[in-house]
This record gives sequence, structure tokens and C-alpha cells, in this order.
Amino acid sequence: MKSLTFLFSLLLLGFVLSCGGGEQPPADEGEPPQSMIEEEETPESIAEGKGIGAVENVEITDTIDMQMVEMGRSIYEMKCAACHKLTDQRVVGPGWAGITNKRKPEWIMNMITNVEVMLAEDPEAQALLEECLTRMPNQNISIGDARAILEFMRHNDRERVGQSDQAIEEMEG
Amino acid sequence: MKRLHLLMAISFFLAAGLFSSCDTQTTEGVVNGDVAEQAYVPPGEYDEFYAFLSGGYSGQVTVYGLPSGRLFREIPVFSQYPENGYGYSEETKPLFQTSFGFVPWDDTHHIELSQTDGEFDGRWLFINGNNTPRIARIDLKTFETVEILEIPFVAGLHCSPFITQNSEYLVSGTRFSVPMPQDDVPISSYAENFDGAINYVSVDPESGEMDLAFQILVPGFNYDLARNGKGISHGWSFLTTYNSEQAHTLLEVNASQRDKDLMAVVNWRKAEEYLEEGAFETRETSYYHNTVDEGSGIAESEEETSVRVLDPKESPGMVYFLPVPKSPHGCDINPTGEYIVGNGKLSADLSVYSFEKIQQAIENENFEGDFEGIPIISYEAAIDGVVEKPGLGPLHTEFDGKGNAYTTFFISSEVVKWDVQSKEILDRKPTYYSPGHLVIPGGETMNPYGKYLVAMNKITKDRYLPTGPELVHSAQLFDISGETMELILDFPTKGEPHYAQAIPAEMIRPNVKKFYRIEDNEHPRATKGEGNARVEREGENEVHVYMTAIRSHLAPDNIEGIEVGDEVYFHLTNLEQDWDVPHGFAILGNTNAELLVMPGQTRTLKWTPQRTGIFPFYCTDFCSALHQEMSGYVRVSPEGSGVPLRWGLNEDLEQQMSLREQAEEKSEDRM
Repeated sequence: MKSLTFLFSLLLLGFVLSCGGGEQPPADEGEPPQSMIEEEETPESIAEGKGIGAVENVEITDTIDMQMVEMGRSIYEMKCAACHKLTDQRVVGPGWAGITNKRKPEWIMNMITNVEVMLAEDPEAQALLEECLTRMPNQNISIGDARAILEFMRHNDRERVGQSDQAIEEMEG
Repeated sequence: MKRLHLLMAISFFLAAGLFSSCDTQTTEGVVNGDVAEQAYVPPGEYDEFYAFLSGGYSGQVTVYGLPSGRLFREIPVFSQYPENGYGYSEETKPLFQTSFGFVPWDDTHHIELSQTDGEFDGRWLFINGNNTPRIARIDLKTFETVEILEIPFVAGLHCSPFITQNSEYLVSGTRFSVPMPQDDVPISSYAENFDGAINYVSVDPESGEMDLAFQILVPGFNYDLARNGKGISHGWSFLTTYNSEQAHTLLEVNASQRDKDLMAVVNWRKAEEYLEEGAFETRETSYYHNTVDEGSGIAESEEETSVRVLDPKESPGMVYFLPVPKSPHGCDINPTGEYIVGNGKLSADLSVYSFEKIQQAIENENFEGDFEGIPIISYEAAIDGVVEKPGLGPLHTEFDGKGNAYTTFFISSEVVKWDVQSKEILDRKPTYYSPGHLVIPGGETMNPYGKYLVAMNKITKDRYLPTGPELVHSAQLFDISGETMELILDFPTKGEPHYAQAIPAEMIRPNVKKFYRIEDNEHPRATKGEGNARVEREGENEVHVYMTAIRSHLAPDNIEGIEVGDEVYFHLTNLEQDWDVPHGFAILGNTNAELLVMPGQTRTLKWTPQRTGIFPFYCTDFCSALHQEMSGYVRVSPEGSGVPLRWGLNEDLEQQMSLREQAEEKSEDRM
């Protein structure tokens, strides 16, 4: 028994030594590596269609804030227009017409501001990648700017398809 | 007994032969079995130090990690670099402007990192161009060359750009004395007509921008290397010279006649006083100052026309000479600033001077005469001690901050560790082969990080697999944390590194820029958004293409209406806002280079089509799964053909085409 304990200590020591000095912090003791945990449950926000990221809840009003729309438009033209049209035509990425009727505001803003994690974890985002085959780049957009883009999208939807924000009502209705 | 003598004689000759023929040696017995671990940085982990090596005749600077010896980047400085378009793009071309015109090559020697309070501050890197005298500044946030200043009245700016402890000045001296101002005179009139100059370039503490503050007229010697005082010796500069004989031919022999040459000792605070008093002469000349505007990324060239010159004959107390044995090369000062080491290349000894003794000698006017009115301080009065017979051919010395100095010996191929106070030799290790400079991280500052030492060798011979007559230069990494030096790694370098400096990675890594914010791009021809992509004709023959790049297309990607004889400027803006996503641009038959454009940046390539036809262009940097698709076409029509300009992508193009067809139909109808 003693020798077994000794052997274990040696093994443990070896493990500790081999992990020491690395840049990566070692995983918390006692916690098994990720791959050993049973299939992780889908985060609630993903299940709710809100995606994953810093944006948990977006308040929108019925009226459109035109100042925000203009701000969103200028960011769109500089950072998004190369891949997304304002119609429903897909070029590199999907066209934007009708997007707020399909996706919740939180999903849209998380996709803009947290694209790497969204592509790794959100099934809807992954399905889009499979369709478009180009990973959406991180365009270094702040949450505030993403909100302005959302307002611009809502405005675009009302202009082009006659209604916006149906994704919210659809889910909640 | 006889046999023993014979044996001894044979072994003596063998040993002598080995030594004198400069033959290669093995490292057996020098390297211990387990040293690999000491230089090993596991995959995905970072090195502890950045090392910046000059490229010598490559004209560039290379960036390595220590202790791994891994090469991270070559920073183009004085030489055009087709790999990323440096010196070919319209934005960077002005960096090469000089009073001689466009000079796209130089020879870099000495790296100097900016300092605050005698320690590295991780902001800028300065390096000299030896052949066409210039000093460059590299911004350590972007690792890009942002400024090049030409130095007038000098030739061969070898002795450069040595920095003071608060980056007040970069000090340099002429290697090849020439008439000042230049003049058509017999070469044999050297002693009479040739002058030297010591140059003080100030560095703006906020922007880093350089300015030639003043020059000091000095006798026509060869100014070789320099260091500035620190701590107690702050405010003084020390420059070694050779050729006090003032020979102008076969310097190998004729400049090595005297037993001692002279080290220039400059009180630059005194020089500042003379400047303030107005005791200078303004000399008319021409030199160029090229700076990159941070917002636009565009370099601008400005001609400067005058410089303030101080003459030691009229400004006493500013310059002295100090005798140094036999053609000195390196001149190095210990971390406290008390001791100045003169490395006489042809001397068997190292001379160590005391700053305090120099001051006393000056105060007591303990002089051995003068040279052209400049007092020569008594050698005996200034010398602190001599390191006796440390090796052959001492070149350079660095310090570990623990009271030890390390000197390279070119002829005897070794690094020797010695005690600065006692002048006692503590250790010696062979290098492979013939080291020039050496570097210890922070080794010239007041606070060296005395953990590693890199010797940069001039001769490689059998160290690596042979690659024909031309071989890379080798560098050797020693662990100097213990009492004796331990060789732990050999790594190849680019060009011919002369000096290098190394700095803890954490002083630079957190500040490194990952991309340029597109919002901050102030380039007048930037295309901020694909909707603004367009082609415009300006005047008769100038066409400007405002093009964007994002994974994975260029816009516009179909361009028509270009004619033979046009000068086409492609202004490519990379719309990406993420780290490590450059896009490239190249077009068939272009006679210069490609462009590599960083995220958020705009770069311009000039193309002059010489024949009609269809010319594909494409992204040269594998950027995404659809990188191969990232391409387009330019149609080139005959001169004067009047094919209208049109451009676009998909429906934009279709719209324009149908508009054009309608217009053509209309004109046909009219006919």
C-alpha cells in the first residue's frame, strides 16, 4: 500500500513538474479536462436564440432612432458592405433584408462583437458558415457600434420588407 | 629523452599550425549534454527577450527571440524590400530620399534602443546607414521604419548612432574624413583639407522625431565607435578614432604606425552652452529629413539647408583627446559610468580609463600637448588600469551589471570575462569563429539583465551545412548567469549583424499594435468602405484606382478603360480589423514589386502598362479558404482608344455595362 502511495506521489510529482513553468495556467485541480465531461448542456442564451457573448438583453423601442441609424449606416459602409448587401442577395455573407425578422437583437449583436465564439458554439452561426464558407471576420466593433448597426438593420427591414423585429415577437408570441 | 623532445616539438608545431591557420575547431568539451533545455522555448510559448540585430550589408534589422534564437521578422530600413513593397510603394519611397537622390540601399551597423534614466524604455530603435550617412528610427509599436535623417558633411557614418541616457542625443562621427564642405582637392592634401565631424542629433521626448542639433568640427581622423557617459559621466561622449597618422592610402599599414591613437572626449553640455551663447557658425548645405505621418502612413521628404557648427579651437573646454593604444575599435562604459574601456585592436592589452581621473586631469591641465588646438589628456593621468594579455584583437565590451565585463577577441576567437574593478580575468570561452560585437540584454545601460550573452561571429566556416562559398553568419548564445560562461546555442543570422541590442519582451510585447484602426486612417486616398471603391482619371494619363480588400475579394475587380501610357496608381485599403490578416496585391508584368497591406492601412502601387491586353491581379497573402479566388482583371486598350472607364463587381458592373451599351447604341443610332 505504502509503495503504491509512493508511486502515485511520484506520478503526481511528475505531472506537476511537467506542467510547471508553462504560460498556460494549469486547470483547477480536481476538475477533469473538458473532453471528459459529459456533453455540455447548450447555454441558455443559445437555446433562446440569443447567441453567446456579452449582449444578454437588448431593449428596443417601437420608434426608430434615426441618429443611431445614420451612425450604423456609416459603420456598415466602412466595415460590412464589402460582404453584406442591404437586399436579400447573398454575396460573401447573407444579405441583410429581413434579418431582424429572423434573428433576435442579442444574436445579431453577439455575432458582430463575438464572432469567434459564435462560430465555435452557436449552431445557427455554424450553419451560416457552412453555407457561406467564409468565416465572418472580427471587425473590431464595440457593443455601442453594434447597437447602432442593429438600428440601421431595423430601419432597412422596414424600408425593404415592410416590417422589423418579428424574431422577437415570433419567439415570444 | 630525444623521442620526448621530438614529440614535444611535433605537438608544438601541430598546435601552432592549428592556431595560426585559423582552422576550424570542434565544440567537443565545450558544450555539455543538457544545454538544449536552457535555450528551449516550447511550442506556443514566448521568449524572454527580444533581440534586435543589425543586418550589415542587408541594410535591415532582424528580430530574434532569446533564448530560442528564433527569427521573428526582418524589418526593412535602408534597403528596398519587395517582400512587402517597402521602398516600392508610393507611401514609403520618400524614405529613401537623400541629397544624392533616391538611395535604396545602405549598410546598417549599430542598434540603439531609446533610453530613459539610463535604462531601455521600449519606445524606439535607432540605426545608422553607413554608406550614405543616415540615421533611421523604428517605432517599436509597429516595428516599422518611421523616419530617416541624412547627416551632411560626413562620409561613412560608422560611428553611429550612440544614444545618451535620456535619449537627449544620438551621437555620431565620420568614419571617412572628407573636405568640409566637399571640394575638388588632391587626395594627398588630406592633412590640410580633410575634416571630421561629430554630430549631435536630438530626439524629441514625445514624438521621437530627430533633428540635427549641431556638429563639431574635428581633425580629419577616422571616427570609429562611441559611447556616451551615464550616471556620473552623463553629459560626456567618448569616441574612438584611428588614423591619427592622417594617412590616405594603404591605411592597413600607414594608419597603424603610432603606438597610440586618440579617443575624442566631448563635453556636450559645454557644447550646449556655446550654442546658447551663439558661438556657432551656420553652414549652408543640403540634407534630407524623411518622416512618416502616423495618421496617413505616408512618408514625406523635406530638404534641410543649414546646420550649426561648433569649432573646438574657438570653444575651449568642449573637446579633448585621450591616447589609446594601437588603433582602438570599441569604446565601452560600465553601468555606473565610472570606467571607459578602450579596445585597441592591435594591442594585447585593454585600457580602462577612470572618468574621475579624466576630470582631474582636465582640471589640473595635465596634458601631453595638443592636436590642432585640442588638448591631449595625459594617458598616465587618466588610466585606471590595464587588463593584461586577455587575448588577441579586442573589439567590443559589454557588462552584466554584476561588476563584470565581457570582451570579444577577434583574432583569438573568444569571449573573455573580466572584473572591472580588479582587471582580473575570470573566464574565457572560444567562439566559432572570430566574434565582432557581442550583446548582453541591456548590456550598455545602467541596469543590464546579465543572463545571456550573444556573440556575433564574422566567420562561420564549418558550423552549418555548407551552402556554397557564401555562408550565413553565426551567432552564439552563452548563459552567463553562473560564474563561468556556458555555450548553449548556435543560430544563423541574416546579412552581417554588427551590433545588436536585447530587451525584456515584456517591455515591448504589451504595446505592439495588432492592426490599424480604419477609423483613424487619414490617408487622402483611403477607401473606407467598399461602396467608395472607384476608378478616377486625373488629367491626361493619370488613373487612380481606389480599391478595397477584405476576405476574400478585391473591389473593384474588373477595370476597363486603362490605356497604354497611363500611369495607374492602385490605392489598396485593407478593410480588415483583425490581427494577422494582411492582404497583398500584385499585377502581371509590373516592373517593381508587390504590396502587402496591413489591416486598416492604405498602400499605393504605381503601374505603367506597356502593352494592350488583359492583366490579372491578385492577393498574394494566403488570407482565407477562398484566397485563390481573390483576384481580378484590368483591360488595357491602345493609347487614345477612348474606351470609357468602368469598374465594379457583379451587379455594379452589369449596371455600368448596360449603361455603356445603351450609350453605345445611342451613338450608333446617331451615326
